[in-house]
Amino acid sequence: MTANEIFEKLKSQVGADKIEFQDNPLTPFVKVKADAIAQVAQFLKDTPDLGFDSLMCLTAVDNPANFAIVYLLFSMKHGHKVTLKVETPKDNPVVLTVEKTWAAANWFEREVYDLFGVKFAGHSNLVRIMLPDDWDGHPLRKDYQYPAIYRGLPL
Amino acid sequence: MSQNQEPTTIVKNAATRMSEVVLGEEMLINMGPQHPSTHGVLNKVLKTDGEIISEVFPQVGYLHRGLEKIAEKLNYHQFMPYTDRIDYLASMNCNMAYAMAVEKLASIEVPKRAEYIRVVMAEFNRIATHLVFMGTMGLETGAWTPIVYGFREREEILDLFEMTCGQRLTYNYMRIGGVSDDLPSGFVDKARRFCDMLEQKWVEYNNLLSYNQIFIMRMAKVGVLPVDLAIDYGVTGPVLRGSGVKWDLRKNEPYSVYPELEFDIPIGTGELGQVGDAWDRYMVRMREIKQSIRIIRQALDKMPSGEVRAKVGRIFKPAAGEVYSRAENPRGELGFYVVSDGSANPYRLKIRTASFNNLSAVPPISKGMMISDFVMTLGSFDIVLPEVDR
Repeated sequence: MTANEIFEKLKSQVGADKIEFQDNPLTPFVKVKADAIAQVAQFLKDTPDLGFDSLMCLTAVDNPANFAIVYLLFSMKHGHKVTLKVETPKDNPVVLTVEKTWAAANWFEREVYDLFGVKFAGHSNLVRIMLPDDWDGHPLRKDYQYPAIYRGLPL
Repeated sequence: MSQNQEPTTIVKNAATRMSEVVLGEEMLINMGPQHPSTHGVLNKVLKTDGEIISEVFPQVGYLHRGLEKIAEKLNYHQFMPYTDRIDYLASMNCNMAYAMAVEKLASIEVPKRAEYIRVVMAEFNRIATHLVFMGTMGLETGAWTPIVYGFREREEILDLFEMTCGQRLTYNYMRIGGVSDDLPSGFVDKARRFCDMLEQKWVEYNNLLSYNQIFIMRMAKVGVLPVDLAIDYGVTGPVLRGSGVKWDLRKNEPYSVYPELEFDIPIGTGELGQVGDAWDRYMVRMREIKQSIRIIRQALDKMPSGEVRAKVGRIFKPAAGEVYSRAENPRGELGFYVVSDGSANPYRLKIRTASFNNLSAVPPISKGMMISDFVMTLGSFDIVLPEVDR
């Protein structure tokens, strides 16, 4: 199935106000509202002819206006893929977790939380994964200030 | 692990918790950060009752170097040496995956000869890292000879790499648009001789280790990874194939010149135990060595003459856009998600590595396991820590 067909199928299920299709030439993607992502994810996985059983990658991008969470999905059964994007404001970035749909999201979301500071509501263990628990700030944000000192040690 | 964080479990298909049957008191012990079975710096906090593990909490990040942040400060060519450090045992494959992602983003056509050279190098590197795996797997069972044999043959591959690009570990050989230099004279003959030699040694490895009774007893029926759990955790590469899934990006999403080459995808069949056990994962890698030899021979035969590098400016600016490109590395899917804003540096570069996902599938299958079996399970996943932490 092409990205457009997947979008049409999705639209009939969750409604046109929750999602929006962007025909980017290299990677067409579906923009999803932050409160609908868990439902969309479950639908994409459970519907037999969509069958998105694999979450290839989950990451975030620090855009000038907001954070975009990117979900790269793939169906091993059918061999088609789709990209989802959820935008969340910079001052209080919260997105619903998709951990219950794909177990791989657990670590991916922890990494995004660690490096971008985006919170995932409903996540079972949202703690830092790469950096120490008492680290200040989230390094992959564009406005990150490099610390001069950590636990009394110069960096 | 810090005191204030409550470890939680995410497991669905866990094995029976033997710890509930066995009387005694559970305790938390640290296995690592330095441990012979980790192949890097990885701390596993084990909740155990004597020898029996009830839960595993991997603590990663010791080797976090912030590669993704570094990438934002460099232009596309400058990041190439850093990709060597993603998986230092398979630098060629990482080079290739990164170059492919940027070429896709900037629509750069790679000369045919360069594609063949890349495939030869990638497959040689696959053999080299699988030889290291064979050796370390032997070490985990207490067999000291295989690592000596594995390193002996790997040395010759490193000689081939050294004569090609001057490096023995971090090659920085590939370039966006091709490779840095053409093959040196004498390379093809030496490569062919090596392939013939390795084919004979391969039989020796099997006699020595693969079908060794003690090795089989340690590996068969240990650390069984069910297919649905593997896919759920995004497990890829030989670990997924060990569970019986015929899934290889070189076939399923062909890239470079792989469609022009003939090879098979070995999968785990549970011939000595159960599908998806540690021995299956081990044997998939051993059989991949044979397939890589096949690929190299064909690629050397078919290699056309011509340019090895497309003309790409020192600083080039891909049009704004984004791309996700993935390649089959020795450890599984290495994906690069690259976002360009039209400038000379990537706006965002996410490295999706195989070991990260593969490691996350270790805790759910380790419940109720003996510590000694856990060592075999983790070893057979062949995790490389710089790839997890980046």
